[in-house]
Parts: sequence; C-alpha cells; structure tokens
Amino acid sequence: MINRDKKSKISSETEESTAGVAGGATAAITPDVESTAAEAASPVTNVYAPPPRGTAIIEVRDIGKRYGNIIALSDVSTSVRAGEVTCVLGDNGAGKSTFIKIMAGAHEHSDGELLIDGDEHKLSSPRAALELGIATVYQDLAVVPLMPVWRNFFLGSEITKGFGPFKKLDIDFMKKTSKSELAAMGIDLRDVDQPIGTLSGGERQCVAIARAVYFGARVLILDEPTAALGVKQSGVVLKYIAKARERGLGVVFITHNPHHAYPVGDRFMLLRRGKSMGDFPKSELSLEDLTAMMAGGAELESLAHEIEKTMGADSAVAQEMKAEIT
Amino acid sequence: MTTATVADERIARTSTLTKLLKRPEIGALVAAIVIFVFFAVTTSTFATASGSSTWLRGASTIGIMAVAVALLMIGGEFDLSAGAMTGFTGLVVGVLTTEYGLNIWAAIFVSLALALGIGAINGILVMKTGLPSFIVTLGTFFVLQGIDLAGTKALIGQVAIQGMTDVPFYNQAKNVFGSSVDINGSGPGGQIYASVFWWIGVTAVATWVLMRTKTGNWIFSVGGAQTAARQIGVPVFKTKVGLFMTTAGAGWLVGMLLIFTTSTVQSNTGVGQEFIYIICAVVGGCLMTGGYGSAIGAAFGALIYGMVNQGIVYSGWDNNWLKAFLGVMLLGAVLLNEWVRKRAETAK
Repeated sequence: MINRDKKSKISSETEESTAGVAGGATAAITPDVESTAAEAASPVTNVYAPPPRGTAIIEVRDIGKRYGNIIALSDVSTSVRAGEVTCVLGDNGAGKSTFIKIMAGAHEHSDGELLIDGDEHKLSSPRAALELGIATVYQDLAVVPLMPVWRNFFLGSEITKGFGPFKKLDIDFMKKTSKSELAAMGIDLRDVDQPIGTLSGGERQCVAIARAVYFGARVLILDEPTAALGVKQSGVVLKYIAKARERGLGVVFITHNPHHAYPVGDRFMLLRRGKSMGDFPKSELSLEDLTAMMAGGAELESLAHEIEKTMGADSAVAQEMKAEIT
Repeated sequence: MTTATVADERIARTSTLTKLLKRPEIGALVAAIVIFVFFAVTTSTFATASGSSTWLRGASTIGIMAVAVALLMIGGEFDLSAGAMTGFTGLVVGVLTTEYGLNIWAAIFVSLALALGIGAINGILVMKTGLPSFIVTLGTFFVLQGIDLAGTKALIGQVAIQGMTDVPFYNQAKNVFGSSVDINGSGPGGQIYASVFWWIGVTAVATWVLMRTKTGNWIFSVGGAQTAARQIGVPVFKTKVGLFMTTAGAGWLVGMLLIFTTSTVQSNTGVGQEFIYIICAVVGGCLMTGGYGSAIGAAFGALIYGMVNQGIVYSGWDNNWLKAFLGVMLLGAVLLNEWVRKRAETAK
C-alpha cells in the first residue's frame, strides 16, 4: 500500500512541477485514511472507481475571468486531487463564486488554463462539467422543495423503462435506490415520497451530495455548504465531506469559515479581492495561520491601533492584539 | 400467517388513504361531487341524460384548455392568449376553406402549425427576455384578438364563418372533432360529443406525462425552482417552450372541436375564457407560483365550472351569479392550496 502511495507521489511530481511538497504531505496523511476508505467503500457497488489517491483530476493554472473591463478573478492556481479536499477560502466578494462557476461550467474562464485529466478544457455548460465527472452542489439551490425526495434525487438523470412513447419512469427502482443511497450516507428516511422541503438544511445538502456521488461524480464542488447551518448541522455536512473523500472523490469545499475548512481540508487556496493569496498544503499551514490570513494581517493591525487609541495602550485587549500580530 | 397478511393490508390501506388525501386534486373532487349532488337533488333535469350531455359538453372544451394551462402553471408560467387561440385556430380553418377553397385537412394542419408557432414565440420571448409570461402572453392575447376581429372582417367581410358544411370532406373532419354518440336511445338529447372523449384522452395523457415520465419531472422542477433545475441539468428552455406550445396546441384542438361541432365560429370566440382556464387549474390544486398541481384536478375544476354553468340555468337563477360563484371558488381554492402547500412543506 505504501509502495503504491510512493508511486502516485512520484507520478504527481512529474505531472506538476510545483507539487513536490504537496505530494509529500499526501503520502504522510494517506495511509490511515486509505485503510478506513477500503472498509467504507467495499460494500458500495455503484460508485465510480476512483483513480489512485492523490492523482490530480483538475489543475487550475493562472486562471482568470473578466466581465468586460471588470476583472473578477485573476492568476488563481490550485489543484483538485482524488481523495483530497481542496478548500477555497475567502470573504464575501473575494471571487469564490466566480472561481467555482468556472469549474462547474457556469462561466467560461477568459485567462489561464483549466486542465482536467491533463487535457485543457473550457467548460461551456453545467452538463459539460457533469459529463467530465464534475458535480456542483449549490448552497440552497440544490433541490426543488415541493418535489418528493426521490424525484429530487434523480432529477435531470431520471431512470426510465419501456420503449418509445411508452417510456416511463422506473419509480420503484428510483425510490429504492434513493432510500438506500441516503441510508449509506447515514440519513434514514421513513418515506422518500415526502417533499424534500420537509428535510432540514443539513439533510438537504446531504441528499445533494449523495446524489452527486451516486451519479459518478469524481469531483464534488460544494458551494458554502455550511454557511446557512447551525453548529450541529455543519458537523453533519463536514462528516459527509470526509466520507466523500474516503470514497476517493476529489472535493472542492468553498467556505469562509477556517474552522470548518481546516479539519477536513488537505489543501487550502485563499482568495481576496479576486486574487489568490496562495495555495498551501496542510503541512505548511496551521489553523492559526489560516485564521490570520483570512482575517487579513493589515486589517488586524489597524484594528489594534484603533483599540489602543480608544482603550489605552495598557488595556488587556490592546496587549493581546499586539501579541497576536507580532 | 393470515393475521400477518391482514395486518400488512391494513397498513397499506391507511397509507393509500393518507396519500389520497395529500393529492392536490382532492379538494376539487370533493367539490365536484357536492355540486353534482346539489343540482341533481334541487333540479329535475340536471342528472338526466340530456341534462348531463349539455354540461359535459360545456365542461369538455374548457377542460381540455384547463388541463394544458395546468401543465403550464405547474411549469411556473401563465398563458393569457390561450382563450383567443381557440377562436384564432377555428377562424384560420374557416377562412382558408370557405374563402380560399383550401382542402379541409390542409387547412387544419396549417392552423395547427400556426398555433404551435405562436406558442413557440410565446415561450421563446418569455425565456429570452426574462419578462413575466403574464405580460408577454397579454401582448399575444391582444394581437390574436385584433387579428380575429379585424383580420376576419377584412378577409371575408363578416365576423362569423358561414358555409362550413358545404366545404368538401367536411364530414370527415366532423367525424373526428364534431360527432356524437347517443346514449339515450330513443329519448330526447343524451349525446356524448367527441369533445368529451378528447377531454378524457387529453387528461389521461397529461396525467401520465406529468406523473410517469421524465418530462413530467422536468415540468415540476422548472416551476418549483428554475435555477436549481438548470444547475442540475434539466433542459429548462426546451421544457418551457414545449409547455407554451402544448397550451397553444390544446387551443388548436379546442378550436377544431368548436368549429366542427357547431359548424361556425365567431370572431370573438374564446375571448375572456383565459381566466376561466386559470381558475379551473387553481381549483384543481395548481399553485399560482408553480411547481405543484395536477392535470386531473384541472379536469375536475372544469367539470365544476360546466356543472355550475348549466345548473344555474336549470335552477332558473340569474345567469350572472356564475361570475360571483367563480370568484368565491377561486378565492376558496387559493386559500386551500396555500394551506395544503404549507402542510406539504412542513409536515413530516
């Protein structure tokens, strides 16, 4: 097993010159993850056979997007690898949405390169992305609330039986499958006929994730899946992100919460004002670094000055802020 | 063994009943039964063969349109041009055959092609501009109304088609669209018109499409959450344009049924009916906001309309009470639907 990991490390190094450190980090983390993955993945039959862990599925090189003369995104580079979670962090308006829309096929990029399995692609529609195995789960747009769970699960990829004009939905199969697939994700529904609007926010996210996994996604793009959720519900969603990773999927996890990103992430890409602040493997970055980068060092400093002014340099808060910055 | 089977059956039975009670058309079904019983008891002619023949015929043409409009409403759109379309398609056939001597079947197909074309224009305009369909089809409605009135007058110098029965092969077309079956034997009245069979057929096909096919799934999704549907990969544009074309196609069918049952058509046929279709669809359980409803419910809605329309006459009341009744039905249905929807969204 370790031998195979080394091999995949080497191959990823040759593929991408900048991946030296990243490959090392993967090899360090992988062994214990893989052993659990083998257990988790073995009973499931309907899952896409993933490439070896750590293989780059998507590589983004100096990508950018312009709307007329407005530069929404520029010079962003990162990679999405099988069995890894790439976290994209940034504040509101940092360009996270633009970035994922390029990978999801909602917008075409105007600069740089988007490599999927090593070949350059421009994704012109969500369908094109789906065909390449890239599925996007949007924050709250993922489901149609009034439709039953099973109809939502198979929406856009309905299973039919029969021929020609008598082709009809295979309702039994779809109900059974959606029920068992959700059970595999740990959601036990009494009735998949209930409108999906009756599920909680976290459960709905999970239905969307389970759906993407079932339809052979190898890359899952999750657009702020925890943004609207409480602490407990966020935990549920994070658990499914970890589960998807164990199944060997590449996950792109968009969030503005470093505390959600750090525990599940293998790689962190930070965005600010449409520019990348760097792309780090977990080994190079601590949670403190991540939080500080998110908050923005300069802004913290000016905040410290302000506190000093209003509360006096000797106040406990000001002292603490100073210690934090230096 | 036997007890277990019995217990199983009991579970199945209660769950079907609750399922039935959750269906969107259940309110319309109950109302239809109540109204039927009311008029059957209070008037002597309502439940007779000749009496029911009249209100079934009235309900049938409204019903075909209501079912199509219901599909469109479930898909999240309105079509105000649907009423004028029934007149327009009939007039096209009438003018082309009586004035220009075109073969009757050719005229029928020209009329269908025009209807589908106008439906497609409606759909494409709505989808490309992002304007509410209410506005776009209001425009089409007035255009069609204008053409119906002024165009007919300019071409044939009259406001009604005459001499349809002299057109060659008229009887062939009448057999398809305007014939009737007598169920009363030697007694007076009692014809079941072709339109009633068409109505049943259209309702059955629409229900099947809605509940049992991919297309039905897509219709619910584009009306319920269009953006989500698009992201997931549902062909939203195709689905919606298809729905507008279906409504226009139903308008054509009704146009044919009207012209071949009565052998004439007026310039103002169908004008003002567009809201009745919408009312029938809403009474049948369709939400104004889309994403929820039923085709069979719309058919019940039309049945209610047909029964009340005729029942008022049989009761000897002032005909205009129908309007007040429709308003009350609409408001009641909207309130009921909202309540059902909230329950559907929250009840576990």
